[in-house]
Amino acid sequence: MMLEVTGLTKRYPTGDLALKGVDLTVAAGEVIALIGPSGAGKSTFIRCINRLVEPTSGRVRLNGEDITRLKGRALRRARRRMGMIFQEYALVERLTVMENVLSGRLGYVGFWRSWWRRFPPEDVAKAYDLLGRVGLAEFYDKRADELSGGQRQRVGIARALVQDPELLLVDEPTASLDPKTSRQIMRLICELCRERQLAAIINIHDVVLAQMFVARIVGLRDGEVVYDGRPEGLTPEVLTRIYGEEDWTAAAPSARAQARGGPETDEERLEGLV
Amino acid sequence: MSSSAAAFDARRWRPPPLVRSARLRWLIGLGFALYLAVALGTLEINWLRVWEGLDRGWAFILAFSEPDFLTRWRDIRQGLLESLTMTVVSTVVGIALSVPVALGAARNLAPLPVYLLCRGLIALSRSFQEVIIAIFFVAMFGFGPLAGVLTLSFATIGFLAKLLAEDIEDIERDQAEAVRATGASWPQWLVYGIQPQVMPRLIGLSLYRFDINFRESAVVGIVGAGGIGATLNTAFDRYEYDTAAAILILIIGIVMAAEYTSSLIRARIQ
Ligand SMILES: Nc1ncnc2c1ncn2[C@@H]1O[C@H](COP(=O)(O)OP(=O)(O)O)[C@@H](O)[C@H]1O
Ligand SMILES: [Mg+2]
Repeated sequence: MMLEVTGLTKRYPTGDLALKGVDLTVAAGEVIALIGPSGAGKSTFIRCINRLVEPTSGRVRLNGEDITRLKGRALRRARRRMGMIFQEYALVERLTVMENVLSGRLGYVGFWRSWWRRFPPEDVAKAYDLLGRVGLAEFYDKRADELSGGQRQRVGIARALVQDPELLLVDEPTASLDPKTSRQIMRLICELCRERQLAAIINIHDVVLAQMFVARIVGLRDGEVVYDGRPEGLTPEVLTRIYGEEDWTAAAPSARAQARGGPETDEERLEGLV
Repeated sequence: MSSSAAAFDARRWRPPPLVRSARLRWLIGLGFALYLAVALGTLEINWLRVWEGLDRGWAFILAFSEPDFLTRWRDIRQGLLESLTMTVVSTVVGIALSVPVALGAARNLAPLPVYLLCRGLIALSRSFQEVIIAIFFVAMFGFGPLAGVLTLSFATIGFLAKLLAEDIEDIERDQAEAVRATGASWPQWLVYGIQPQVMPRLIGLSLYRFDINFRESAVVGIVGAGGIGATLNTAFDRYEYDTAAAILILIIGIVMAAEYTSSLIRARIQ
């Protein structure tokens, strides 16, 4: 297993118990969607994996290495193996697009090189290629705050990928975007994961979008995993278990598949990507 | 509904007074007037001296109509150059010291002991007027520009580090967090996650402080800390009001020019 999380628990200093012993394994190249209501602990979960938040107890293993106890340099080396994509893009707004993407290489270069922006030419070439891949090749010298939301998220994706990560941690990548851009961004992330055999955990609150692109869905509620399975398994009963009482027939897969002829098999789902 | 509408009289409405009780309001007003009268009584104004002073003041104002730049030109020039040097050196040294102090005084970066230490240093620098610090440094290191440079550098810390620390505390957290998530080291995190967010403010504050330091360099000179202030003081001591007027005109001109250019630059970088 590429990522093994066992008994992950987080209690914030305020007393909020955000995660209550979560177990989860992700295979190499596997993309999962983490769904659940706001406050379920989705952000806390992925932040505990790259230790932006310190877990209270539990284990996180990345390719066999326990990363819950790492410190200093070892922790930074573990972090550079995990790319992160944020809901509000989290680009450094006063830096250029190229500087933002290259900041994904900070874990690989020394301080003075990064201070003078003298990144190795291979890194700069890699960053430029990725900008091309996300469709922003000619934007490299623009300042990040001159871009639209969808463009910023593309830069955020390039920054995460330039790290050469083994795992992507994606926190609500589409929550600040319009429906069309949301689909494009989800499609781009899933395509890139497939091209590069990348594992990913994608936090997302849009159930339909998750079902459309991802073959394994994990439902989180109040810090506990209440569903782990295929998108077809999200029956109205299961959705009620995750989100609480509501009329779920419009989101449930059988009704949706009949209504729109959506993908029922993984092959169809991948077709949808292209 | 109707009962509250009946209680409200649109013609008689006034905003509620600061002090509710009318008695207390009058008491406060009377007490204040009384205190003012007594305080004025203790001043013992010597009207004869006021009259003579008016005369001297008039002579001073007349001197402005014919300022004398030439008689003491060499002294003036030397004083101005010394002041400018003091300003540049103390601003540069002050910035160099302020940046680390500001990092330490930002609660979101520094651990508590460092934070308290840096905040203490800032409070110390801010609680003394420049002139008092200058007197202290003149007593320590003697007359001359060294005392002035030390004074202005120290005062710069209180100003720049405090305002910069506040800006650092206001940064966008997720921009900085995203840089940390890439595996950046702490200094790299500062340079990529923090510095771009506070740089415009740092430049603006530095230019602003440059103005202030030039103005203050004239003031601290009066207590012996070098610069144009010392020249000005000498001119007053010799009753050379025309020379003093020339010096004041030059100071005003330079301050205005510096303020104008720095506001231009600040407008550019915002
Ligand atoms: N920094 C924090 N300090 C205290 N409590 C927090 C913090 N961040 C999140 N929480 C709490 O933890 C719980 C889970 O939050 P979060 O992980 O953000 O959920 P989600 O991303 O699913 O909306 C919530 O109850 C929230 O109030
Ligand atoms: Mg969240």
